[in-house]
Amino acid sequence: MDTTLITGARPLGGEAADLLLRDGAIAEVGPAGSLSAPEGARVVRASGLIALPGLVDLHTHLREPGREDAETVETGTRAAALGGFTAVHAMANTAPVADTAGVVEQVWRLGQQAGWCDVRPVGAVTIGLAGERLAELGAMADSAAGVRVFSDDGKCVFDAVLLRRALEYVKAFDGVVAQHAQEPRLTEGAQMNESALSGVLGLRGWPAVAEEAIIARDVLLAGHVGSRLHVCHVSTAGSVEIVRWAKARGVDVTAEVTPHHLLLTDELVRGYDPVYKVNPPLRSNDDVRALREGVADGTIDIVATDHAPHPVEDKDCEWSAAAMGMTGLETALSVVLAALVEPGHLDWAGVARVMSQTPARIGRVTGQGGALAVGEAAHVVLIDPAARWTVDPAAMATKGRNSPFAGRELPGRVVATFYGGHPTVLDGALATPRALPASDREGASWSK
Amino acid sequence: MADARLSPENVTVHASTVLDASEISRSLTRIAHELLERNKGPQGLVLMGIPRRGTLLARRLAERLEQVEPGFDAAACTGSLDVTMHRDDLRRNPTRAPEPTTLPAAGIDGTTVVLVDDVLYSGRTVRAALDALSDLGRPRAVRLAVLVDRGHRELPIRADHVGKNLPTSTSERVYVRLVETDGVDEVRIESREAGTS
Amino acid sequence: MKHLLSAADLTREQAVRLLDVAEQMAATQQREIKKLPALRGRTVVNLFFEDSTRTRLSFETAAKRLSADVITFSAKGSSVSKGESLKDTALTLQAMGADAVVIRHASSGAPHRLAEKGWTSGAVLNAGDGTHEHPTQALLDTFTLRKHLVGGGQLGAAAGADLAGRRVVVVGDVLHSRVARSNVHLLHTLGARVTLVAPPTLLPLGVETWPCEVSYDLDAALGEAPDALMALRVQLERMNAAYFPSAREYSRRYGVTAERMAALTALTPHAQLLHPGPMNRGLEITAEAADGPRSRVVEQVTNGVAVRMAALYLLLAGEEE
Repeated sequence: MDTTLITGARPLGGEAADLLLRDGAIAEVGPAGSLSAPEGARVVRASGLIALPGLVDLHTHLREPGREDAETVETGTRAAALGGFTAVHAMANTAPVADTAGVVEQVWRLGQQAGWCDVRPVGAVTIGLAGERLAELGAMADSAAGVRVFSDDGKCVFDAVLLRRALEYVKAFDGVVAQHAQEPRLTEGAQMNESALSGVLGLRGWPAVAEEAIIARDVLLAGHVGSRLHVCHVSTAGSVEIVRWAKARGVDVTAEVTPHHLLLTDELVRGYDPVYKVNPPLRSNDDVRALREGVADGTIDIVATDHAPHPVEDKDCEWSAAAMGMTGLETALSVVLAALVEPGHLDWAGVARVMSQTPARIGRVTGQGGALAVGEAAHVVLIDPAARWTVDPAAMATKGRNSPFAGRELPGRVVATFYGGHPTVLDGALATPRALPASDREGASWSK
Repeated sequence: MADARLSPENVTVHASTVLDASEISRSLTRIAHELLERNKGPQGLVLMGIPRRGTLLARRLAERLEQVEPGFDAAACTGSLDVTMHRDDLRRNPTRAPEPTTLPAAGIDGTTVVLVDDVLYSGRTVRAALDALSDLGRPRAVRLAVLVDRGHRELPIRADHVGKNLPTSTSERVYVRLVETDGVDEVRIESREAGTS
Repeated sequence: MKHLLSAADLTREQAVRLLDVAEQMAATQQREIKKLPALRGRTVVNLFFEDSTRTRLSFETAAKRLSADVITFSAKGSSVSKGESLKDTALTLQAMGADAVVIRHASSGAPHRLAEKGWTSGAVLNAGDGTHEHPTQALLDTFTLRKHLVGGGQLGAAAGADLAGRRVVVVGDVLHSRVARSNVHLLHTLGARVTLVAPPTLLPLGVETWPCEVSYDLDAALGEAPDALMALRVQLERMNAAYFPSAREYSRRYGVTAERMAALTALTPHAQLLHPGPMNRGLEITAEAADGPRSRVVEQVTNGVAVRMAALYLLLAGEEE
């Protein structure tokens, strides 16, 4: 297998060190200049670069099966590798919906075959995301995909009884329900954040209370039944307050925020460009400030991309006809640097915590989000913190061209990504996918 | 009479007054008499000025007619004819807002309309005026009176009554200034030469 | 001015100029021959993705009176109902050579997209977008108010003037009304004081940040002796979404009735009554009020043509870029 010596990188932004990756694991770690390359080993000179554990995304839309025009597992995981990710969670709102063991196994195998990173399917909570009957959560948990995160993302599990049952049921296999918090009646036909601006622009509002009311109910329910709850894409200051309150009361709740909600505000909607149309919608400056503080003080546990690629025709149209969502895998790290690291909310260890270690723990992803220490799996990303680059959606690996950061200059660049010791990205460009482990090759072939 | 000065863009501007206040006044008086003579009296005469200075000149002419022929009601027989919407050069210039068109209360059907303008040049304004007029009614005859004819016609149009024929080159500019809008009555001609001094 | 997308974009100077030119246009429309050659050879496309016979006819008439060629495209029965997008429709019309596109669309901001995305090189005129704006309606409303409140009903008498110090009450479904939004902006720009009156359910969030006053009480607002009252259309279907309990309760509290008009004219004899139409007689306005002596509802339609002629003229007649 591959052997790579990384020299002079700064793990979590600390003292420069050498790392030897061998047989898919971190074999040796020593002070800079202390390790020498074994015969035949690749040497990556990483002086000035930051080394982090491979990033883990808890919230990715890979669109396959069903919307291969928007994204495939192959293109989405290429984008993930370029963004420094070594694991992504593929959301369940595909066609067919990932609500059976068959579909989640298909997605999982497609990820294995692609070889750019771990693909962990998310299972639907309810059949067809319809919010009426529980999907076979246990079968998905027991499948080869080993599903641990369940979500109707895109739709809210609105029925309180159904949610209660789901929260209780997944305890049997240490699963977690990831709630898309959106009160459906308050958000019928909603187009943007409800604010003075939505009134001026004549776009139907998505009020903050529609998110906060559901989160408040759900943390109370989770506390009542003693279950884990994960809250997807928290977007308002009020939501941060509620999660903070719930954690103080000892509720086992975790929360995520997207990169775009950390950097962008609803002012961008003024021009009616649908690239800024997203669910939950971009909010106000006060919300952005509260979200950043929420990450800084640990109320918000992780940053997750909600990478949502759409074909051009679904965005190149009038606002109300446009699809909701933004791409994010290839910009997430840079946006986190701009929104959290540069203003001083987070250091490099904090980035590793919110983008790798904690998401891996919430998703129960074994072998991911570990320390950069001997014996851990060799999922490593090297980042040039001094680089600045201008976002060009046309140059991205994702099929989606709907990046809200297009034309923006962002700090930091992923230079290399090692997925199980294998370089998927070198010199900032895609290298090769990791070959399928021999033991899996036969089993995987049936799904081709 | 002629003066030359250096403008900030290093362009020499030669300007001279070709008609002063008294000369303008005498010209209008003469045109007024010509109109009466040609029309054999004031019957059926309507003066339509082309905004903006043509409208002012039409009013002055009408006042003179009233002085000579007390039977002529200047207020009732004077109007203003905006030609903006009929111009053929709308797309070559910044958008201009149309000016009001006012007609004598009795209209213009069967009358002799005298179009009045300050400067006759290419003839295109008069062409537009003839079109505009035909949308408003059917005069028995249309005549043209101008304060200055500077030549360079681009259409088969000539004036019936001219205050002063002024030979010019196309690079020169003719300015008519009237008391009502400019505080002074005068006609000036300006020519510009670049770089000479 | 390249496009007319929203009343909020207009400066006082631009607005007064539009109104002044509209008065000249209105004067030409009293003549026997109403047609003017100003836009000969120009093509105006009416792109109506939403039914609106009166606005479409008004724009059509305006363009034809200026001698433009007019192509009207209504979504009904066309390829739009089969899913053709705004973009493709616009590109098709661009290929046919449109100098101006008049667009009515149910999606707020659609005219902005059309103007900014390069789907058409022509001037874009917003003829009503979603619940956002309807600038030519506001222009014809202010035109009507200026003519009567400043010009004494005479065309040309108010040239150059604005509506400084005049007070206008707008009553009705502000939440869903593009007419209200455009009027608040334009009346404010022209110096008028606006009071919006509606039940709280029919006012948008953040209305307190708009350049106007807000009241829930129509009689109190009329008691302040405004110079004009503008009633907005209220769709009966709103009742089903619980915006108000019943049509009768709505008319009782917010309807423009003969009694309310009498109370208003007792305070301001010159008061003007406007309604953008089409009216729901018996809901937001009674027949007696609509047909009463202070009503300018029919004249508004006439003025609409003049205002749209002015907008088309100012956008299209000038030099090519």
